[in-house]
Amino acid sequence: MRFILRRLGFYLIAFWVSITLNFLLPRFMPGDPVSRMFARTQDRMQPEQIEALRRLLGVDDRPLWEQYIGYLHNMLTGQMGVSISRFPTPVTEVIASQVGWTLLLGGTALVIAAVLGNLLGILAAWRRGGAIDSALPPILIFIGSFPYFWLAMGALYLFGVTLGWFPIRHAFSDTIEPSFSWEFMSDVGMHLVLPALTIVLVSVGGWMLGMRNTMIATNAEDYITMAEAKGLRPGRIMFRYAARNAMLPSVTSFGMSLGFVVGGALLTEVVFAYPGVGYQLLNAVQGLDYPLMQGLFLTITAAVLLANFLVDILYVRLDPRVRSN
Amino acid sequence: MTSSIATTASTVSGETLAGSRPGNPVGLMPDGGGALPPQGSVRQPNRTLLHGLLTNKKAMAGTAILLTFIALALFAPLLFPDNPSKITGMASQEPDAEFWLGTTAKGQDVLALTIHGARSSLLVGLTVGFASTFIGILVGLASAYFGKFIDEALSLTTNVFLLLPGLPLLVILAAFLPPGLGTVILVLVVTGWAGSARVLRSQALSIRSKDFVAAAVVTGERPMRIMFREILPNMASIVMGTLLACIIYGIGAQAGLEFLGLGDVSTVSWGNNLYWAGNEGALLTGSWWVFVPSGLCIALVAFSLSLINYAVDEVTNPRLRKIARRKIQTTKPVAAGKRGAA
Repeated sequence: MRFILRRLGFYLIAFWVSITLNFLLPRFMPGDPVSRMFARTQDRMQPEQIEALRRLLGVDDRPLWEQYIGYLHNMLTGQMGVSISRFPTPVTEVIASQVGWTLLLGGTALVIAAVLGNLLGILAAWRRGGAIDSALPPILIFIGSFPYFWLAMGALYLFGVTLGWFPIRHAFSDTIEPSFSWEFMSDVGMHLVLPALTIVLVSVGGWMLGMRNTMIATNAEDYITMAEAKGLRPGRIMFRYAARNAMLPSVTSFGMSLGFVVGGALLTEVVFAYPGVGYQLLNAVQGLDYPLMQGLFLTITAAVLLANFLVDILYVRLDPRVRSN
Repeated sequence: MTSSIATTASTVSGETLAGSRPGNPVGLMPDGGGALPPQGSVRQPNRTLLHGLLTNKKAMAGTAILLTFIALALFAPLLFPDNPSKITGMASQEPDAEFWLGTTAKGQDVLALTIHGARSSLLVGLTVGFASTFIGILVGLASAYFGKFIDEALSLTTNVFLLLPGLPLLVILAAFLPPGLGTVILVLVVTGWAGSARVLRSQALSIRSKDFVAAAVVTGERPMRIMFREILPNMASIVMGTLLACIIYGIGAQAGLEFLGLGDVSTVSWGNNLYWAGNEGALLTGSWWVFVPSGLCIALVAFSLSLINYAVDEVTNPRLRKIARRKIQTTKPVAAGKRGAA
């Protein structure tokens, strides 16, 4: 329990830091974001919009601490202002409409990569020097060396443009009305293949190598020898004795990667024009939509922190050493 | 008096280290005990690391690739004295005798762009790598040496920075700061230092608890000396690994940032080459030669660094070494036999 409370306190601090960062960035950066934005959107801005924006970005005349209190209050009550590029939609609404796609894409890719990578790692460590162990790691390291977006664009060109097997952009075809029909679901699935596959391709190597190296250490433990001496089946020893004890670091990196799901899919979403949070963040940055930018960053951070907190709770369940402390 | 105890302390350091590496092939121990000058025995682990790397095929291959790129970057102005962005040929020409890698949609020579691009990409990657590792070393050593409040505060900062989602933070920072090479470096260091700090701190902590550090404290050595002369040399391999990982991060993240159009678009670098390739629709028109070289270069550099990193791991962690399979292990003889059978 103490462990959980400590972690919770830590995540609250981290969240506070990201809000404060959001607050300070536009106020202390060289150049004035509001005037930059005026230059771009002179005619389209309403007076009340300008006023709200000034307050959000701290160009009003109140003392700094008063602005800060007001800002904290707004953020904690979910008042993130109104999007500029999609006026007059509130920022929260814009985000809500997109977060689902990101979770779908990132979640699918993460689960596939983690399961596949860990399985490969277990097998590689179990048969040291075997085919999987000697051939796969160098190949995966080499693939992992390519910039992610480059591989994604390559895949897009090869499978989307040249071969035409998969659709090249968006999350579903414009011609189909979103519904829970089989037609729509399969269309979404087809749009998901390329983005998810490219993420799996670059991330599976990390999972595999991590698992392999931990498992090699576990394989040398006495209880493995004991299990063999008892005459247990190799499959049972491999999964229930060795792999099970080598899983803990993977659980931790799973928590870290859940962060990647929301934030890191940015490049994927940009390349495939997938309508998720990351794609929207880049659009907001390019359109100088500061309220939306800040709202998105906070949402992403909150998601990352929440995911890590959940993993911490899981950890208490998995590792008795944490409980006893 | 002080010097003789210091000598003993550093001898202990050598022994502890050799002892902690069970599979050390030659069984390298400090040769003469007390007869050695202090810094000689402190440097011992570095020399073994270097020796191990020089005989490791992966390390040599990685170094060769890396040096080739560094040489290309250095000699780029001699090879292509013209401004690489200058339009020299027809638009979207396929590779031929005149333009070995073809031309872009604007008519620029892709080979010149690629070789000149190495300059900015390697410069940013190396700067970011060294800067992040340096901050990581400072934070890690200070945390481990001083402990208590300082450790708590530094660890908290490190962990918060680790948790803040990197790429979105990168994008936000790049959006607020004025564009330029300095901004890119600054942003990458801000988002990249925390990872190295965490790794280096935990390693420094374990060395901090060793007897030879306690001995150094008792002899009244200055904190700076203990941190940089006693603790730091003993974690050389981890520092090296961290540095390589940071450089890889720097090169990759710069390319990503520039690809999104958030870098300094006016400079020639691999990331910007790819940004323009994407912008001019190189792939949609089938001009693969504009798109492939820069990406391949990033991959080759990152791969060479990974190879060296992997080799450092192999040299310092005997369990990962291939030959170590049938070796007689004094600590776990049964386990070693089992693994040979499996």
